[in-house]
Amino acid sequence: MATTITKTETLVGKRIRRREDPRLITGTATYVEDIQMPGMHYAAIVRSPHAAANIRSIDVKAAAAAPGVVAVFTGKDTEKVGPVPCGASLPDLRVPHHHIMAIDRVYYVGHAVAVVVATDRYLARDAADLLEIDYDVLPAVADPEKALAPGAPAVHPQWPDNTAFNYHQEGGDIAKAFADADVVVKQRITSQRLVPNAMETRGVVAEWRGADRQLNLYTSTQVPHLVRTLVAGMLGLEENRMRVIAPEVGGGFGSKLNIYAEEALMGFVAMKIGKPVKWIESRRENFLTTIHGRGHVDYYEVAAKKDGTILGIKLKIIQDLGAYHQLLTPAIPTLSVLMMPGLYKTKNVSADIVGVFTNCVPTDAYRGAGRPEATHGIERMVDILADELGMDPAEIRLKNFVANEEFPYPTATGLTYDSGNYAAPLDKAMALADYSKILQEQVEARKQGKLVGIGISTYGEICAIGPSPATPAGGWESATVKIEPSGTVTVMTGTCQTGQGEETTFAQIAADELGVDIDNILVLRGDTSIVQYGIGTFGSRATAIGGTALYFALQELKAKVKLFGAMLLESDDVTFSGGQVTCNKSGKTKGLAEIAGATYRAMKLPPNTEPGLVATHFWEPPNFTFPFGAHIVITDIDKETGDIAIRRYIAVDDCGNIINPLIVDGQVHGGVAQGLGQALWEQAVYDDNGQLITGEFMDYAMPRAHMMPWIESSHTITPTNVNPLGVKGVGEAGTIGCSPAVVNSVVDALSHLGVRHIDMPLTPEKIWKLANAGGTN
Amino acid sequence: MKIHLTINGKNYSHDVEPRLLLIHYLRENAALTGSHVGCETSLCGACTIELDGKAVKSCTMFAVQADGAKITTIEGLANDGKLHGVQEAFWNEHGLQCGFCTPGMIMASKQIIDRNHAPSDAEIRHGLEGNLCRCTGYQHIVNAVKAAAAAAGK
Ligand code: FES
Ligand code: FES
Repeated sequence: MATTITKTETLVGKRIRRREDPRLITGTATYVEDIQMPGMHYAAIVRSPHAAANIRSIDVKAAAAAPGVVAVFTGKDTEKVGPVPCGASLPDLRVPHHHIMAIDRVYYVGHAVAVVVATDRYLARDAADLLEIDYDVLPAVADPEKALAPGAPAVHPQWPDNTAFNYHQEGGDIAKAFADADVVVKQRITSQRLVPNAMETRGVVAEWRGADRQLNLYTSTQVPHLVRTLVAGMLGLEENRMRVIAPEVGGGFGSKLNIYAEEALMGFVAMKIGKPVKWIESRRENFLTTIHGRGHVDYYEVAAKKDGTILGIKLKIIQDLGAYHQLLTPAIPTLSVLMMPGLYKTKNVSADIVGVFTNCVPTDAYRGAGRPEATHGIERMVDILADELGMDPAEIRLKNFVANEEFPYPTATGLTYDSGNYAAPLDKAMALADYSKILQEQVEARKQGKLVGIGISTYGEICAIGPSPATPAGGWESATVKIEPSGTVTVMTGTCQTGQGEETTFAQIAADELGVDIDNILVLRGDTSIVQYGIGTFGSRATAIGGTALYFALQELKAKVKLFGAMLLESDDVTFSGGQVTCNKSGKTKGLAEIAGATYRAMKLPPNTEPGLVATHFWEPPNFTFPFGAHIVITDIDKETGDIAIRRYIAVDDCGNIINPLIVDGQVHGGVAQGLGQALWEQAVYDDNGQLITGEFMDYAMPRAHMMPWIESSHTITPTNVNPLGVKGVGEAGTIGCSPAVVNSVVDALSHLGVRHIDMPLTPEKIWKLANAGGTN
Repeated sequence: MKIHLTINGKNYSHDVEPRLLLIHYLRENAALTGSHVGCETSLCGACTIELDGKAVKSCTMFAVQADGAKITTIEGLANDGKLHGVQEAFWNEHGLQCGFCTPGMIMASKQIIDRNHAPSDAEIRHGLEGNLCRCTGYQHIVNAVKAAAAAAGK
């Protein structure tokens, strides 16, 4: 329930209802598609129906002559626009030149071939159908393992082995770990391709003001400043002549942490036709052309002692990259490597990644980005090991956890875990689940031929991404705080929310620090002409890094307020709290509004102090943060139908300090829904010709209200010392913790039938077969 | 074709192409952009409005089919600046994150409560089957519908 807000209340930690909601619940928010301008034109993009083909010819005549059409551009027209950038760098990475539209060859279904611009959206679509494109269809390959096989069709003819890179990382002494082992367990584990499916598809409005050399680009993005820098570069436009606005953004989940061809293409079109142009991605286009997530085939080997001590982990990742590198494509599996030891102590790891080109849309960051794959893998392997040794899955985890006194803990993959109490959420989740009772119940159920499963995952997470050296484009974040002459407060953050609620949480932080009513505070973001340079929202970084930048900007302002307050009170012994400066001797006070007025009126200034009350802080984090948690899932399986019913979903997440529990719960629920989607229902399926079979909501099973279990969400709190707020981040935790807990539960339900592993999604068909025949799928 | 409709208590008439979708009519001709397009194939519910008392997906109808209808969109729910109970409940219970599905969700939720004053969790979830949300995991939405129903029953 919402609390009423009064000035003296401490707001951090309260379940406050969100300040962004009034516009969203009344239908008055402005998303890209809602933007209208005089003279607006509409673009329809013509896309390849083939996964691989040479373009013999394109005849635009009929389309160009169609009613309402003002221009048609093909890949040859946009050839000079810079390539879609890849920000990731790996040794010897092969980077195909990624034109914004195909020129003489298409590489995946949905590849843009031409754009039709008309005065009306229907007319643009009509004319798009009139384009005559002659394709010479080539063999395609859509499966990464098949792409690696000798003789496979080459996605890029210059690289017949379809390999974009090989990457190796190791730590400790992996050979010794395996030599010393009593037991080695091995398993192939996949993390299937997923479609992020933000409910708002992508969309771009571009407006060129030629006389000013000014390009305004409205785009649904998580990273407006990066879009400005990179798209201006692609168009050859000076960066300060470009303004990028991310208005209301209807979800991103990583899919809008990118630079897309259409952003540059709409800029190009607007500059050519001298009129504003709008392109709104259809859902079908979203499935085909916005990045996908996951796409792993992983080969695991875990070496252990008889007592369950994990000695070492070997991992080979085959990463399906798709046809091109988008902004971070090749970097995503390296995050999996960083996270491969999970919460466990082992110092011996060896990892290999093969990045594979396929004739599919590129993969890139999708909620969790590399960490869900790694967590799914290690949490499955720990269960497989427990099964092999006849140990309880909880016991084997407790045995291998990094111990509380070992923090900060240097990992085998080069990270330093900041803080943790890994047993705490597991203990709490087990108590909530009544673990020993449910184990007993399972024994009874099995006697009656019923299938009951108990699944645990204890996940670790890399959040607050990240220190700049670990990122391609800077890992800091910025905040500006302005106290206006009347005492109202404006916060400008370089983060860019897509539903996470920073207009509220950041206002909570500022209200507490300044001791003012939260209604005095306005949080702005998402406009490069208003907000100082920023990085954006992804990797559970906004509060931990952006909130910290805000915190430090506020400290700077508070010091200045105190200085002016002391001057006005003619005292050098003053305190600033509760929105006023108080003279400790006389007890006299000056309120923030009066002080703010005085800083701008500037009749008198404290020594060495400038007028005004504005502070900007760029904060570079010294480390990532590492949240953790335990999810326990109890499932009942219907032997007759293969249906999985989730009886209980218990999530105990430790994300450090919590600014707004209502928002944190929402993040956990939404995260779990996406994890459950992967575990049970979702999969981007390409056929052998590279056609996306699951390319509509009709075929791609998104979690709906009636499919979701009740999520019992609670927390333990272990603050981080990486930032002064003690917050770690929670955006991806639910997703990361979820899929292994669900799969572990279902495998557990079937384990007495000889089932050891099942690849996601756990469709009823798979489960029915296993429940009735046993074995491994 | 000339059509006449009442939307949120106001009269509208326009000459429209027979193929114009109702959602596009509402968003572009009537300039009511609160109803959203999430799929255009009747699978996501972002475009849900109330038409002659029934929640419908406005991407599955042509504007001409709505000739003469009385329509309520998300913009028409609040009365004199006072939020509708379902809007208030979505706000209180954090029933939205990015807000894109929200107008459709609120319209679908209103219909659930109009038809059933005390819906169970399962009835709420069933009633929301046609509305996709990628952000919330639906739990806070279910809470919001329950809270709105309880408040309306008082
Ligand atoms: S837009 Fe109408 S149901 Fe999706
Ligand atoms: S709140 Fe974002 S889709 Fe529902």
